[in-house]
Amino acid sequence: MKVAYWPGCVSRGFTPELHGSMARVAPLLDLELVELDRASCTGCGVIAEHNQELADTLNARTFALAQQVPDAELMMNICSTCQGAQSECQERLDASAEYRDHVNRTLAPEGLAYERGLTNKNFLWLLVEELGLDELRSRVKRPLTNLRVGPFYGCYIVRPRARLGIDAEHPRDHYLEQVIDALGGTVIEYAGARKCCGFPIVTMNKEASLKQAGRHLGDAVDADADCLVTPCPLCHLNLDLQQPAAEGVVGRQLKMPVLHLPQLVGLALGVEPKELGLGRHIVRPTAVIDWSTSVVGAAA
Amino acid sequence: MAETHRPPEQFTLRVRRYDPESGEAPYWVEHTVELEPHRSVLEGILQAKARFDGSIGIRCSCRAAICGSCGVRINGEPGLACHTHLDHARAGAPGGVIEIEPMGNMPVIKDLIVDMDAVHWKKIQRVTPWLLAKQPVPEREYVVPKEAMVDVTQSMACIQCGACVSDCLAMEVDPGFIGPAALAKAYRFVGDPRDDRQRERLVDLSDDPQGIFDCTHCFKCVEACPKDVNPMGQIMRLRRIAISDQHIVDANNGERHEAALTTLVRDYGLNHEAELPPRSYGGNSWFGKFHPAAAKELLSLLPTAVKAIARGKISIKVALFGHKLPAADLKAVQRIYQTVESRPERYELNLYVSGEDEDPDATPVGAAVGTASAGNGGGNGTTEGGDDPVASAPEGSTA
Repeated sequence: MKVAYWPGCVSRGFTPELHGSMARVAPLLDLELVELDRASCTGCGVIAEHNQELADTLNARTFALAQQVPDAELMMNICSTCQGAQSECQERLDASAEYRDHVNRTLAPEGLAYERGLTNKNFLWLLVEELGLDELRSRVKRPLTNLRVGPFYGCYIVRPRARLGIDAEHPRDHYLEQVIDALGGTVIEYAGARKCCGFPIVTMNKEASLKQAGRHLGDAVDADADCLVTPCPLCHLNLDLQQPAAEGVVGRQLKMPVLHLPQLVGLALGVEPKELGLGRHIVRPTAVIDWSTSVVGAAA
Repeated sequence: MAETHRPPEQFTLRVRRYDPESGEAPYWVEHTVELEPHRSVLEGILQAKARFDGSIGIRCSCRAAICGSCGVRINGEPGLACHTHLDHARAGAPGGVIEIEPMGNMPVIKDLIVDMDAVHWKKIQRVTPWLLAKQPVPEREYVVPKEAMVDVTQSMACIQCGACVSDCLAMEVDPGFIGPAALAKAYRFVGDPRDDRQRERLVDLSDDPQGIFDCTHCFKCVEACPKDVNPMGQIMRLRRIAISDQHIVDANNGERHEAALTTLVRDYGLNHEAELPPRSYGGNSWFGKFHPAAAKELLSLLPTAVKAIARGKISIKVALFGHKLPAADLKAVQRIYQTVESRPERYELNLYVSGEDEDPDATPVGAAVGTASAGNGGGNGTTEGGDDPVASAPEGSTA
């Protein structure tokens, strides 16, 4: 399957292991990624806060670029925040032809125009809805047996439900559990799975922000999780990069590894932890989890 | 012909009971009620109360999603008991048992009744929830642009049920945060062209470190609200007006953060992560990092940064120079900035007001609201002075 691929900024900045692991995993899923390397930042909600039309126009440009990729079946992203910010803009652009025309007039000098009805899916949604859980299961080479994984979604990919197309038929706010299960892992239930990591206010109220991160990580520790998995690199920044600081704020040791979704998938598909950049994390999953016993067949 | 009547069915309710005065811990009880599936969860609770245990505490009044009294959590999600059908609640319940708890972030008085005075109403009072009218007060009604009043109807739709307060994730870790309901109420007056204290209100909410820049942008309140008030959206509009129109510098680095990201995306096309924190703390330029506030913050981040660089998570090249779009694309992005930012008014589409096109391919009835000019428009509508009675807390029966 060929997709117009929007990696976002952070996967090419402070979480390069996400970008690398997605590239490593894609061929194993028969995914052809055509990277939208001409597209701009989604604004992650902040540019929309500054000026809604500016955010809508920047994202309409990205959508238009995606629609120009020959034979691409849809647009795919690997960031909950990108998904949420783009879905919000797309909701407005798709709702009103007049507004869409207005925005397209700004894009016209570049020869671009957004046509209503782009399909834009996070890698998580694509795994479940396009590839399918049975197909994913059939490709697993090294089931994550006995690996206890806590899902961490990121707010932007679970709320608001209607905008994100979450309903009884598409329980997208339960896909992480389904994927963990399909990969052979054990799903850990804990309070923080759909709560806020605190990243949006890390420069505005650092203590509250790190309290959020620390609380969810602590809940996962208490539920005996081996690691968390997230489709959001911004959550990853607060949960992994800032974890030592969060430990200080909540006053307890956490040592909770946080995996990017493509890393977890890659492990089950038989890719070596090092190739997936697991050694690059601040809380190294390789140091906390004994892969030789947690993952059956790892040594084979 | 559509089915109009469905016979009563059995529904099992699992209700959290708690009486703080008893000294006993909270506990759960299950009751099975029999009602038609379209009946509300509130009717289920009231039947359990009437048939099995009169001591179950629930506050309610109108039973029609107007008074805002019966806010509870159903299957872990906040909402109105009278506004949730039993069959819908059961469909979303693990094991088919409908779980009913009191709302969160507020102390429990008894069972499903929480202390709204201690949290919700205090926060509402915090934002001066009444009109501070422009002087002189006209002899008859104020004449204001119709669009400006339509613009505030969304926040006026609030029924003060507290569902958004219940699950606010910022308040969960920072109980002093003014919160979604009160800030939506604040927009209701900031956006009202008859109000005279727009700037003072915004300075107040920006100076307070637990004000508009303490919202963590998690959409919980948007999802919780049974009246589609979109509290988080109203908070973002307060920020937008405070920063872009009133040029207010807040106590939380919010204005600098917004300016920094917006500028970095203009200059690079992408976010330059290493530049964002110093600029948010120290000021929106390359020199921001030398400001004492930024230097202190950067120093605290140093051990993590060193570790991240040592592990190859952050490359020195990305940290110093960021990543940039190709020149032609960067130019296109900058042209978009120039076009949009040079408009005399911000163009803001509010789908709550405009709705969606009935036929997506047809020309719609446009409903863009230029917020920058609220109050300066053509004056083609009148509005009566009376509005939502914010001071009248809903009174309900308490058992």
